[in-house]
Amino acid sequence: MQSRTIIDNKGVNLTITRLCYQLIENHQDFSNTILIALQPRGTFLLDRIIAKLKEIKPDINPKTGSIDITFYRDDFRRGNSPIVASRTNMEHSIEGRRIVLVDDVLYTGRSVRSAMDALLDFGRPIQVELLVFIDRRFKRHLPIQPEYVGSRVDSLNSERVIMSWDEKEGKDEVQLYTIEEK
Amino acid sequence: MSELSVEHLIGIKSLTESDIQLIFAMADNFKQVINRPIKKVPTLRDITIANLFFENSTRTKLSFELAEKRLSADVINFSAGSSSVSKGETLVDTVNNILAMKVDMVVMRHPNPGASVFLSQRVNSRIINAGDGAHEHPTQALLDSYSIREKLGDVAGKKVVIVGDILHSRVAMSNIFCLQKMGAEVMVCGPKTLLPKYIDKMGVKVETDLKKALNWCDVANMLRIQMERLDISYFPSLREYTMQFGLTAQILKELKKPITIMHPGPINRGVEISSAIADSEQAIILDQVENGVAVRMAILYLLAQKIDRPQ
Repeated sequence: MQSRTIIDNKGVNLTITRLCYQLIENHQDFSNTILIALQPRGTFLLDRIIAKLKEIKPDINPKTGSIDITFYRDDFRRGNSPIVASRTNMEHSIEGRRIVLVDDVLYTGRSVRSAMDALLDFGRPIQVELLVFIDRRFKRHLPIQPEYVGSRVDSLNSERVIMSWDEKEGKDEVQLYTIEEK
Repeated sequence: MSELSVEHLIGIKSLTESDIQLIFAMADNFKQVINRPIKKVPTLRDITIANLFFENSTRTKLSFELAEKRLSADVINFSAGSSSVSKGETLVDTVNNILAMKVDMVVMRHPNPGASVFLSQRVNSRIINAGDGAHEHPTQALLDSYSIREKLGDVAGKKVVIVGDILHSRVAMSNIFCLQKMGAEVMVCGPKTLLPKYIDKMGVKVETDLKKALNWCDVANMLRIQMERLDISYFPSLREYTMQFGLTAQILKELKKPITIMHPGPINRGVEISSAIADSEQAIILDQVENGVAVRMAILYLLAQKIDRPQ
């Protein structure tokens, strides 16, 4: 398996800053907005975004949450789906709010579909948007498009795009893995 | 640690400690689900579950049915009283007939010990034992330990006394296995006639003085006298039993430290436990019932995961 870094530490930070400005442009002071991360990997990105938002506009305090999609997956009993769930953290009512779902990599769109199902069990938001750091184009299984995209990556089916975080893996970067065929 | 080591839930005896930890971890998630505005997840929407109750039950049956519906499974119910069992059909035939209607899992309560093992060896379905005679009642033991873990932080190192009719109690049997696997110390307490003869060989302490037992423990699990199973006279009168083994406010006041009171239900108020204690802050009887749904959801979810997937 070969790997190469497609976005390094500097690039990750730069992109997060841009995403934050885009969010501020659309949501101003975030008074009616809740940012919700997909468990488990979306939470790292959301933590960074919140930290950066506060750096840019110290007076704002966006509401956040995290949502686990394990029980909403469409691949239960169909192979490699993870069985053990993570914690769902929804302290704020989403009724009538604007929601931004946050995840690291968008690929087939199935996780986001599950997340929307899970989200709607908590109420009726007025709008749901999607923010992803990596958008792997051309491999979508469902009609789902993100509003905020960190970076678009065109990759083959046999490749893996993995996003690493300083808190978890020791450095911020996006790597593209190529699985060699024999 | 993301899969159960067993294919059926027959008893606690066949589970490992990590199985139990996995069930508890999942139950935490499901407890969150059942406290939400919409108390339902779509996970088991393509699974059908039959609840076969060959013996009376309110709590367990409702709890299972609710757990199944919260997971979006299809549910069919069956009670022996109103069925062809009274026409002479055997257990295997009854169940195979039900399975012919494409049922994926069976939850069964039966008056004969070993009925669920028997069934698991003969029919092609996942079996969950909801109580078989005086053998085991695994889901009750799991929810009891889960409730102790919730109330006291951990099960390991805790001292638990089970008071009452140990001889006829499947709850006691499963609880002893479960508590010991989780690292708790267990004592049984009751009239000598209602304690099985070699129970100390299971590694439990035996006590016939309620006060001593309560002074020793952190948690007291009070069992009901199972009048329907008492074929001979095991104690002179119910009144005498209450005098010696009934839990009252007076006894609790005289203890050195506060203890947690549990009861698997149904409660016989004024017999094994006084009304005031059953409704007190120390009693976690209704928490047990709430946790029962979450624990049963966890078990159904983890066993359903092992059903062959659709092609």
